[in-house]
Amino acid sequence: MNVSTILIILLIGAFATYFSGDKLASKVALLFSLAALGCSIVLLNNYNAGENISVINSWITQPKISFALNADGLGLAMVLLTAALTPIIIFSSFGNEYKNSKNFYALILFMSFAMTGTFLASDGLLYYIFWELALIPIYFIALIWGNGDAEERRKAVIKFFIYTLAGSLFMLTAFIYLYQKAGSFLIEDLYKVNLSACEQFWIFLAFFLAYAIKIPIIPFHTWQANVYQKAPTVGTMLLSGIMLKMGLYSVLRWQLPLAPIAAKEYMYIFIALGIAGVIYGSIVALRQKDLKKLLAYSSLAHVGLIAAGSYTLTLDGFRGAVMQMIAHGFVVVGLFFAAEVIFRRYETREIEEMGGIRAQSPKFTSMFLILVLASVALPSTFNFVGEFTVLYSLSQVNIWFAILGGTTIILGAYYMLRMFQHVMLGETNSKAFADVTLNEGISFAVIIAVLLFFGFYPKPITDLITPSLENILQVINKN
Amino acid sequence: MDTNLALILVLTPLLGFLVNVFFGKSLGKTVSGAIGTIAVAISFVVSLLLFNQITSTGKGIEVTLFDWIQISNLKINLGFLLDQLSVLWLLFVTGIGSLIHLYSISYMHDDENMHKFFAYLNLFVFFMITLVIGSNLLVLFIGWEGVGLCSYLLIGFWHKNQDYNDAAKKAFIMNRIGDLGLLIGMFIIGSMFSTLDYATLKTAIAGATNLNLPLLSLAALCLFIGACGKSAQIPLYTWLPDAMAGPTPVSALIHAATMVTAGIFMVTRLNFVFDLATDVQSVIAIIGAITSLVAATIGLVQTDIKKVLAYSTVSQLGLMFLALGFGAYEVAVFHVITHAFFKACLFLGSGSVIHGLHGEQDMRNMGGLRKAMPITFWTMLISSLAISGVPFFSGFFSKDEILLTAFHHSIPLYVVGSVASIMTAFYMFRLMFLTFFKEFRGTEEQKHHLHESGSLITIPLIILAILATFGGLISLPGNSWLNEYLAPLFAKATEGEHHLGPTEYTLMGVAVLGGLLGILIAYIKYFKQDNVPESDENITGLSKVLYNKYYVDEVYDAVFVAPVNSLSKFFRDYIETGLSALVFGLGKIANEIAFQGKKLQTGSIGLYLFVFVLGLCAIVSYIFLAQ
Repeated sequence: MNVSTILIILLIGAFATYFSGDKLASKVALLFSLAALGCSIVLLNNYNAGENISVINSWITQPKISFALNADGLGLAMVLLTAALTPIIIFSSFGNEYKNSKNFYALILFMSFAMTGTFLASDGLLYYIFWELALIPIYFIALIWGNGDAEERRKAVIKFFIYTLAGSLFMLTAFIYLYQKAGSFLIEDLYKVNLSACEQFWIFLAFFLAYAIKIPIIPFHTWQANVYQKAPTVGTMLLSGIMLKMGLYSVLRWQLPLAPIAAKEYMYIFIALGIAGVIYGSIVALRQKDLKKLLAYSSLAHVGLIAAGSYTLTLDGFRGAVMQMIAHGFVVVGLFFAAEVIFRRYETREIEEMGGIRAQSPKFTSMFLILVLASVALPSTFNFVGEFTVLYSLSQVNIWFAILGGTTIILGAYYMLRMFQHVMLGETNSKAFADVTLNEGISFAVIIAVLLFFGFYPKPITDLITPSLENILQVINKN
Repeated sequence: MDTNLALILVLTPLLGFLVNVFFGKSLGKTVSGAIGTIAVAISFVVSLLLFNQITSTGKGIEVTLFDWIQISNLKINLGFLLDQLSVLWLLFVTGIGSLIHLYSISYMHDDENMHKFFAYLNLFVFFMITLVIGSNLLVLFIGWEGVGLCSYLLIGFWHKNQDYNDAAKKAFIMNRIGDLGLLIGMFIIGSMFSTLDYATLKTAIAGATNLNLPLLSLAALCLFIGACGKSAQIPLYTWLPDAMAGPTPVSALIHAATMVTAGIFMVTRLNFVFDLATDVQSVIAIIGAITSLVAATIGLVQTDIKKVLAYSTVSQLGLMFLALGFGAYEVAVFHVITHAFFKACLFLGSGSVIHGLHGEQDMRNMGGLRKAMPITFWTMLISSLAISGVPFFSGFFSKDEILLTAFHHSIPLYVVGSVASIMTAFYMFRLMFLTFFKEFRGTEEQKHHLHESGSLITIPLIILAILATFGGLISLPGNSWLNEYLAPLFAKATEGEHHLGPTEYTLMGVAVLGGLLGILIAYIKYFKQDNVPESDENITGLSKVLYNKYYVDEVYDAVFVAPVNSLSKFFRDYIETGLSALVFGLGKIANEIAFQGKKLQTGSIGLYLFVFVLGLCAIVSYIFLAQ
């Protein structure tokens, strides 16, 4: 078994789901996503820390593009994140009915396929193809199965599509430029290219545009809240749980090692930008009326901190960032699922129309609260481990970065608890609220178990990612 | 063996929490209460065993479970340190905790969610134990934030009332402001010494040459900010009075006896850091003194029986920080312990009163309860005498030592502390007279139902009253068991061993007279003259300012909360829309260029040829000119 097996399973799964018909589609999709998860766990099991599992097949000779996949610890961690979240996301949708569900679930698996490919590709152009491929399914998912006014939705989704596509074109240009220098798209060849500081600046900027829009980093985030709000919750989960991690992952894998001089030169600006996102996102989140939009802005704040950690160019910053990516992936999927659970019962996302749910649903309340607390990085959740490490790395660069970035623990608590109070607490709501069903409970329980387990015992993840992050740092510091 | 003991100590309350969360409802109220109580009682027994072991061997026990967080120059274990300080804290956390659990079985019996109450209380004890026995700052931080969470859950226990929920949220957020300070302090210490472990840190500091003292002071200051949040000191104290929204046993356990002492614990734990930061110590002393005075003045005029006790708690915590500021850690710890006894007793007593009056908390509607509730009355009286510093009750010894220490270091702070103490005696006896003497001022209905509480409530009261009476024996002036017991912790020789000379006796006399004066004024005003505080609208002048707590909440709202909220609206309505329009604008520009460009394509061959020739000429001439 090698890394391409996961990709093959997901791709076949997408087709199988499509041909299985509307009734079976969700179950077939779940089965294949679980198979992919199983496969990645087997891979992990056979993996020894520090090594690389790679597959290289030449694909196109002129220009020289290879079908090159490579899984190191970092890549595996991201693949596992995708492989673990996909079945949770699919399973969480079991309470909903979708028209043409065979298309819907096929697209989910296809997206999972493209995202996994992005995390594995070690050839620049192949990576770029996976990167763009991931955009297509989410475009249709948001456009066709989204909610709210169709015209507004179309506007938001098209904006998202064109905006991210436009950003990626800069990255493509950068790759072509690099190819001319290296004569290859293979990542290890690209790492070897010697570029002047000026060239690096432009390369760095081109990558940044692509990633800043995808992650998103302020002020490139304007597509986010609207798309998160208007996409079906499954789409929102895919976007926030996994897809934005493509951008953060790529910063570590591609942007920093390909333009290390520029990275060192401008790190303060980019750290500051990330931290500005933390504060800005938190403040905007405070006064949102739509639950999904509020969570979107909270996500903006969290990824700002992750980005800031990555740009510190320290091992702690990298490590904290990756752990925070994983933690955030789980918690944000859980939170959006909570929003969905409420929507299934009250058919609204307006926070004002909620409240008084706690008295009627103790189980849901507990699970939602644990997720809220994880989101504000309470110690003993995995989010705390990530956030603490990132903030520590920031404090090593400049104590003010840690203080300003640290305001997230105050502001985050403010907007999340305020939200929780208005959504869940207060006089019992006149509308009945049935407590979570077994299926809903399972999804929550899995997410919570992951967050709590790694909160106390993050060592397996640290051990997995550290060697490959050290390698990246070595590339960055080679000159 | 030690590891097992430590695990039993920590995990029993956690187990109690889990059992009550998952099965509490089906087990029934009494069983779930019993499980909660027994879980904490087991921890208390284990604490006694540990205490016994430590007093006989004199050595602390270190237990390391596993590596927790890995940072390049820091390796953080999940480990425990059971030494003199942590075991002492454990004794009163689990001891008073057991009593309060017992009390709650009766107090909360009418609540439909009683099993949840016990679950949260157990969870609190679990986190509090973690806080106390952690072997490094980050394990302390798990407990630190964990008890904050439990405080949030318990203040907002009656979650249908949004005012209570506001209070809960406020407590959590204000604590988090402090927590940021604590985190930053940890970052600085971590980067200076590459460790957050107490024992390693102590050796590192002791062995360090060329210490960067300003940086270390900054770290100490940040840590103190954390302590301000948890222990309700200026400027982060405003959450504690609001926290009285929670059920009364919670006020007694969390917001008086245990959690709020976490700040004092942390400073004492890191005494070797604070000893080096003398400027920060002065700050601590000053903040402590001011807090004790400000809170005491507010306490003078409150009419809600729990609010009086809450401000009294803030004030007493201020006195403890006053002692900490002078490096008199053992004195602060002494007051922590005696305060835990008498303040828990006072809160539980007030709970008994509130219970007896079916939820009435306003002292203006009480009075004359002495006869109906004798046990509550006598136990509260004893505790009031203790807190007022009347000789030979526990508070007399501990408060006297604080004032004595202050006198030796700074006369102004001594005066502030003394004035706060006189006020304390006054408002405590104001409370006693208004509640227990004269005629009952409530409704006929209430009067009819007046009764002493059941034995589950009175037994803890009696035990605490006994402790409040004799607790002072652990540290008698000149012959202090406590100082000896704690001595191994402190780098500096303890200075609590004052010789009892004429100065000391004079000061003691002054303090006693002050306390008696406070009681006398209360007696004249509320017994002799039979005054009852005015109803809210008739309060004027300075009293009004005090009654409204100096309007600090309003100021904070105006200065911090409101601007953040307006900023949020501004960002949402203008910046977000603006940025969004900008992106759409880029699209529109592209559209416009295309549209204008389209006009050039007129289809006229003549024009195309003309432009073509023009272009050709330009290129040719450029090539020639370039050469």
